[in-house]
Amino acid sequence: MIKLPEPVEDVVYNLLRLANTKLPEDIGWAMEAASGWEQNQIAYTQLGAIMDNVKKAEHSGVPMCQDTGIPVFYVKGRFDSSIGKAIAKAVERATKDIPLRPNTVDPITRENCGLNLGPGMPIIHYIPTDDDFTQITVLPKGAGSENMTRLAMLNPADGIEGVKKFVIDSVLDAGGRPCPPTIVGVGIGGTSDVCVSMAKEALLIPIDEENPDPVLRQLEEDIFVALNGSGLGPMGLGGSTTSLGVRIKKCACHTASLPVAVNIGCWATRRASAKITDNGVEYSQGVKF
Amino acid sequence: MHIRAMEYAKEGKGIPEDLYESVLFHCGPIMVQRDDGSWSVVAAGPTTSARMNKLEPEFIRRFKIRAVIGKGGMSKDTIDAMKEVGCVYLAATGGAAVSLAEGLRKCTGVDWLDLGMAEAMWRFDTDKFGPLVVAIDSNGNSLYDKVNASLVRP
Repeated sequence: MIKLPEPVEDVVYNLLRLANTKLPEDIGWAMEAASGWEQNQIAYTQLGAIMDNVKKAEHSGVPMCQDTGIPVFYVKGRFDSSIGKAIAKAVERATKDIPLRPNTVDPITRENCGLNLGPGMPIIHYIPTDDDFTQITVLPKGAGSENMTRLAMLNPADGIEGVKKFVIDSVLDAGGRPCPPTIVGVGIGGTSDVCVSMAKEALLIPIDEENPDPVLRQLEEDIFVALNGSGLGPMGLGGSTTSLGVRIKKCACHTASLPVAVNIGCWATRRASAKITDNGVEYSQGVKF
Repeated sequence: MHIRAMEYAKEGKGIPEDLYESVLFHCGPIMVQRDDGSWSVVAAGPTTSARMNKLEPEFIRRFKIRAVIGKGGMSKDTIDAMKEVGCVYLAATGGAAVSLAEGLRKCTGVDWLDLGMAEAMWRFDTDKFGPLVVAIDSNGNSLYDKVNASLVRP
């Protein structure tokens, strides 16, 4: 059993509170900047309402959005199998205390257990490494944006232009439903399952962090410019603020495949991370993943 | 709550009277019950209206809904029902759940809580609720259609 300085349950509870009540700074800054150059009056009002809401949520310590989502966890570093139980306990406690909206239901009967638990919950991705710390990250994912997820198994001959077109069409077809201005997470490569996972993981990368891969950096830029020139605007009501950032992850794939996945994050792309070392716990919302 | 309300109406079971000619808000709020049994609202932003497209035309006609508040807009079938009844669609800012909750001054009741907090039918007295944008008027003019028609795709 790996002994940690603070009970994992408390750390995860704190993470859920932090993620749901405080918007990551990089997203807040991007929103403020966008509001400065937005010319469309309705769009400007929408951005103002969002920023006003973010301030109120942080000030009163309540969730910024009623859809507190399904919390998706990423556990990295050193850990053992007990960590899953501790995370589940924290989800239950946070649901009652913060409170979070009880969102999980049986997919067939639609019965709600009221605790955000149930078979397969909470969703935890395990990434064991040789590091001497444990990093727990949470991404509460609301349904409005998650329902817009798309996967395409493109033909390799479609190339980078095909990728670009698929991503832009996916975001524009989603319209106002995923609560723009959005963060667009893209996965390129892998197998279908890995591709969709990468698209979601891409939402964890702060939008002000430069992509180290120059080709992906250019692709992020091209898609970002196209989306904000589309005229869709905040909430799909028109304007020049459709997306606050595009993040792309890639990995190798089969020579006969070109998988592309899009996972949209609403403006309230919530994330928080805790690094647990022997000396204590460090919380952050600019996730190093 | 849409399915339940229409089932009950068809079977002649009791429907809360104030549902008729009311304003419908597409929202699954976070609610907290006080010790005296009354409810207070924590967060209440709009949910994606398109999810109700299948049920809304009949719902609007049956209950003579005067305004629908939501996000993202609705289908042509729904807009047709809105035109018939004289109903407008008001867009609320998605995710602005704390600000919007301030306008829901008093929770006056809840029905069908067995459906879960997000799907139950909550009733509120409101004051200064918004900001709201008339995104579809009672003549069927839709701001969403206008924006979609002029979208620039590379």
